[in-house]
Amino acid sequence: MSLTLQQRLNKRSRARIGKERINWWATILLSFCALAVLLPLFVTVSMAFKSAKQAVDGKAFSLPKPLSIEGFTTAWEMVNFPRAFTISLLITMAAVLGAVLVASMASYAIHRNWNKRFYRYSFYYLLGAMFLPFPVLALSQVKLTGLFGLDNPVGVAILHIMFGLSFNVLLFTSFLRGLPGELEESARIDGASSWTAYWRIIFPLLAPMSATVAIFAFLGSWNDFMMPSLIIAEQADQTLPVVQQLFQTQFSNNYHVSFASYLMAMAPSVVAYLFTQRWVMSGLTQGAVKS
Amino acid sequence: MTLTSPTKPGTKHRIVATPHLSQRRHFDATYLTFLVPALICFTIAITIPAAMGVFFSFTDSVGFGEYKMVGLSNYIALFTDPAIIGAYSFTIGFALVTVVLTNALAFLLAVGLTAQIRARVALRTIFVMPMVISGIVIAYVFNFLFSNTLPALGEFLGIEILKSSLLSNPNLAWLSIVIVTAWQAIPSAMLIYIAGLMAIPYDLYEASSLDGASAFGQLKHVTLPLMIGYIGINMIIGFKNFLGAYDVIVGLTNGGPGVKTRSIAMTIFTGFERGDYAYQMANATIFFIISLIIALFQLRLTNRGQAK
Repeated sequence: MSLTLQQRLNKRSRARIGKERINWWATILLSFCALAVLLPLFVTVSMAFKSAKQAVDGKAFSLPKPLSIEGFTTAWEMVNFPRAFTISLLITMAAVLGAVLVASMASYAIHRNWNKRFYRYSFYYLLGAMFLPFPVLALSQVKLTGLFGLDNPVGVAILHIMFGLSFNVLLFTSFLRGLPGELEESARIDGASSWTAYWRIIFPLLAPMSATVAIFAFLGSWNDFMMPSLIIAEQADQTLPVVQQLFQTQFSNNYHVSFASYLMAMAPSVVAYLFTQRWVMSGLTQGAVKS
Repeated sequence: MTLTSPTKPGTKHRIVATPHLSQRRHFDATYLTFLVPALICFTIAITIPAAMGVFFSFTDSVGFGEYKMVGLSNYIALFTDPAIIGAYSFTIGFALVTVVLTNALAFLLAVGLTAQIRARVALRTIFVMPMVISGIVIAYVFNFLFSNTLPALGEFLGIEILKSSLLSNPNLAWLSIVIVTAWQAIPSAMLIYIAGLMAIPYDLYEASSLDGASAFGQLKHVTLPLMIGYIGINMIIGFKNFLGAYDVIVGLTNGGPGVKTRSIAMTIFTGFERGDYAYQMANATIFFIISLIIALFQLRLTNRGQAK
């Protein structure tokens, strides 16, 4: 928290001094660098709107003429977009909700009972998994999920929640330590149970950290390729990123169809990001700095 | 003895003044319902698979059916397997190059974005964008650029090396993976650097410019020394992530040409297809030990940073 205050102070003093001269050199250089980010995205959009006839030449930087949505309609059916999108969305929603609730509840219990050995050891136990990369566990998890009948989107959602738990508990407990205890104290004096105190006092207070956790859970879950591709057995139940594989093996010359599909796969998170940009940025920074 | 207490007022009474919340209630089942289900799920989802992996690495299991213990023979075989050695040397080499490239660019971008520039918010929004895009999807987009657009450009400009696809060039395919991985990893490193740069007191720059320091001199003598902790953390986090590379490689080369760009994760995942589950579990265990060593290194660095 002290950092953000510091940031604000710095910003103010910099803005005051900086009024005098703007660094055009840096502005131009950065704008040029921004092309490295924008060009691949521009190519994606322009390829997606081309007609079959125009797309076949594979020229990346020519503008679509005439504008065609044939790529979208073909891709929509080819990858069964509504189904893949819904499955991705459900997994992501479950993963985000689960990440916030499971981790914050566990963190609250740990934080309040820090003097008890069981809770303290649980904390270290959960934290220990932070350094376990997914590839190490993958094959055994494939075996286990198959055994439990969880080799489907539900299993992926559960694994997403559990993989994030270590880091999220770390974030929530450190945030809880910084909260003043008085609010909860007074609620307790009024007779609130732990359950009520959590929902009425603690959970609302955790909102900034919940936002950070939710953003990371959303990005991790929505964009994940490795886990669903290994865990989900039924090809028809695959998530949006995984179904894009289709275009690498077949129809590889129908660029307008594959790019329309790529665009539909990346658009939801990019659009969501653009609309919540300022809010997401602070969340991402907080999460990134803590890691 | 109790009568002597008034001579030292406050020593005992102060402690009972505000009992901590946790000390007031001795037992509260709610806390257990908050924690225990999570612990059980976590154990089944994470701990047991980890233990299974280590256990089976000492067997000859093919992934199902009967098996017997074979001691360390999987591990011994690993160290002489050219496929494994190839995957480790490729992955570590790739991770080292990518981490340097990513951090150099992220640092420069962060310095630029915290300078007095126009359109700061727009530029920052653009530079963070790769972070929200799926790795496999953007790898497919770059796959097209590397195999179609770049050769076309090479033809147009008459540059011999660009004329054939970068992805099928056995000596240069790894470069494409470095480029796309860095493209995606720069934003998070950059955000950390921006936060670090914002925390440097402005007085330091003012003082140094009064002493006649140039912009470059300020960067070298003020910014860099203060940012060294951030750079260290970023390098380690990046290296650890890049060692697990998978999505981008699948989208670009799928390990090819041949097995030139096959990462550690990709070799582990072949465990089921080829029926050498136990063998790949030994591989996974080695990979875990390497990740753990890096993580401990990171922890030490973080702690030292906080101690300051």
